[in-house]
Amino acid sequence: MVEGVNFEFSDEQNLLRDQARGFLQDECPATLVRGILDGDESYSRALWERIGQMGWTATVIPESYGGLGASYLDLCVIAEELGRAVAPVPFSSSVYMATEALLLAGTEAQKEKWLPKLATGEVIGTFAISEGSGRPSPANLNAKAVDGMVTGTKIPVPDGDIADFAVAVTASQNGDGASLYLVELDGVERASVATLDPTRSHAKLTFNDTAASLMGVEGEGWTAVEKLLNRAAVLYAWEQVGGSEAALEQAKEYAMGRYAFGRPIAGFQAIKHKLANVYVKNTLARSNGYYGAWALSTDAPELPIAGATARVSGTQAYYFASKENIQTHGGMGFTWEFDCQFYYRRSKLLSVTIGSESWWQDKLITAIERGHAA
Amino acid sequence: MDFKDTSEEATFRDEARQWLETNVPADDELKGLDEIERSKLWQKRKYDAGWACIRWPKEYGGRDASAIEQVIWNQEESRFNVPSGVFAIGQGMAAPTMMAWASEDDKVKHLPPLASGEHIWCQLFSEPAGGSDLAALRTRAEKDGDDWVINGQKIWTSGAHYSDYGILVVRTDPTVAKHKGLTYFFFDMKSPGVDIKPIKQISGGANFNEVYFTDVRIPDSQRLGAVGQGWQVALTTLMNERAAIGGGGMGVGFDRIFELAKRINIDDRPAIEDRQVRAKLADWYCQESGLRFTGYRSMSALSRGDTPGPENSIGKYVGAAKTQDMASFAMDLLELSGAVLDSEHGEESGIYAATYMGAPGGRIAGGSDEIMLNILAERVLGMPQDVRLDKGIPFNEIPTGSN
Repeated sequence: MVEGVNFEFSDEQNLLRDQARGFLQDECPATLVRGILDGDESYSRALWERIGQMGWTATVIPESYGGLGASYLDLCVIAEELGRAVAPVPFSSSVYMATEALLLAGTEAQKEKWLPKLATGEVIGTFAISEGSGRPSPANLNAKAVDGMVTGTKIPVPDGDIADFAVAVTASQNGDGASLYLVELDGVERASVATLDPTRSHAKLTFNDTAASLMGVEGEGWTAVEKLLNRAAVLYAWEQVGGSEAALEQAKEYAMGRYAFGRPIAGFQAIKHKLANVYVKNTLARSNGYYGAWALSTDAPELPIAGATARVSGTQAYYFASKENIQTHGGMGFTWEFDCQFYYRRSKLLSVTIGSESWWQDKLITAIERGHAA
Repeated sequence: MDFKDTSEEATFRDEARQWLETNVPADDELKGLDEIERSKLWQKRKYDAGWACIRWPKEYGGRDASAIEQVIWNQEESRFNVPSGVFAIGQGMAAPTMMAWASEDDKVKHLPPLASGEHIWCQLFSEPAGGSDLAALRTRAEKDGDDWVINGQKIWTSGAHYSDYGILVVRTDPTVAKHKGLTYFFFDMKSPGVDIKPIKQISGGANFNEVYFTDVRIPDSQRLGAVGQGWQVALTTLMNERAAIGGGGMGVGFDRIFELAKRINIDDRPAIEDRQVRAKLADWYCQESGLRFTGYRSMSALSRGDTPGPENSIGKYVGAAKTQDMASFAMDLLELSGAVLDSEHGEESGIYAATYMGAPGGRIAGGSDEIMLNILAERVLGMPQDVRLDKGIPFNEIPTGSN
């Protein structure tokens, strides 16, 4: 039963948010995002290096592995700001997925080898689960590991073209479950895959008897996947919260400055009510984000519910805010020249990256059926 | 961030819980009493033990409790099925207005009986010609010696028929602009010339009333704020109204629909296994959760000493629409029997049909959905006010329609 009332980020976390926002305003302006959108680079190498220097990639990695050993609340704060800035970096793949997978299921040797380098950002990790269209499940995985050698195709894999290693979800050796394997990508056949959001790169990875090392227990990988997703749901939700808020601010700013019929369009109820509805969804998403952040940071038994709640709210808010931002801008919002597209692209990419809205709606009800309600 | 009480808060919670466990009336005790009698019994018991209106100063019948203690008390009291609704307007809206604007003598005289439940108050703002455009009200007050003489009509007055006192906004000067000619009073509802007529609602109930004023005399000493300052005083009341109404669900919420979906079958399988049903339930869960934690966030702001602002309009706006949609959805699950209102034959005594019929009122009372969105857009997002064609025009020169 959740019943207390001390429900705020700490002063230190608020300070971190201010610092992160200021840092990203300087280091990740819209022109940088646009450079990746228009150019050939997969990500902003310069921004990634600066983020590594800031220690953001090290946030929750224990000090014994070269990290900062800080709270997940700090990571939520950073996620919000990266989402707000639509940062073109592999932070989510490397931090929310690969680092978390190692912390959750990695062997001691795997942790010692990878965590210190993930902490500095000199290594990029990712998570490879999708195998084409549809919802992955232990029953429909074709990629398979036999005697430590993985064979199969993963597509699309976020940051698959730039990652040093992937945590791949494969069918188990005897076919009755799933397993997690850490696969180093040096030498693996990979091809870039274009998505609706060129500011985040994706690839097709083809494994062909590729050497890999088991994480956790063979055949019991799906339990780890579920747990990993529940945790990542909170962090992705905070990126969504940040993006939703930025989209609302952009829409409002435009509406205040755009005149029609002799007054700012922000004065028309059609626009006011539209943006008030965006604000309502954003507020619900943020509040559910707090719930998720609390559950994640305390490893509460409510996490499956809290994570799914934050995730569904975040997905709905960002989609709504990003599409209504374009609508508020009218024709200009549909032009390549305007930045409204950043949010519209990123919102949809984020909403399908670790499971769609309907997947998480279903997971939420499943979690409630199993109990652990707050 | 955590959900744990500080040790002082935990002590307070324990104390509150223990008192409630020993003092909440048993069913036997309430047998034969109507809703008002039950409410008064419970309120008096709390008052005598120092648990009524705990945030109020002690000299007005409260406990000098902090905002956080109020929240903790609300959480603990809500675990029990105790009546409270009839005092919501008096304690939640009239009292804060009295505290801000009344004389010390009147505060000492009127606040304790509000806290003890001895007096019930109602609010008389809306008029047939002034709903969302509240300041367009036309009920007149004219000075006569030390009294004001009131003539006109109010509408949508909840509980007027059982109230002892009312708070009232009237027009004292029709020759100045709309907002500038208003004055605010409190008065005895049993005054001669007050005529109360219930309004039958589409839900079948009659909680609302029309209240007619024919030469009703109110002493000038019962004026709150200066003559012509009524709008400013009314805003004190209205800001508290939205906090008081909050996100009430009238008993149809996620938990109830979730249980229903487990019990009712679609194509011989429990409805809860249906994808569409799960998606809708998930959305409502997210809304309820989001409102709840938005509430927690504003409590946390309160505990830091910040004042919760117009962002609280979200609770009513989201909650009222959700209630309507959930009732409608539950009736769909029940198919034709969902339409049964009959308490003997209807599912759960016909609560879904009854809620469906009551829900439109929730989306209008205390500021309609549209007004809530205006408030959020203007006061939270800082967007411009609508163009007002009556701005600055003397009230008696503003065009009026026939509806």
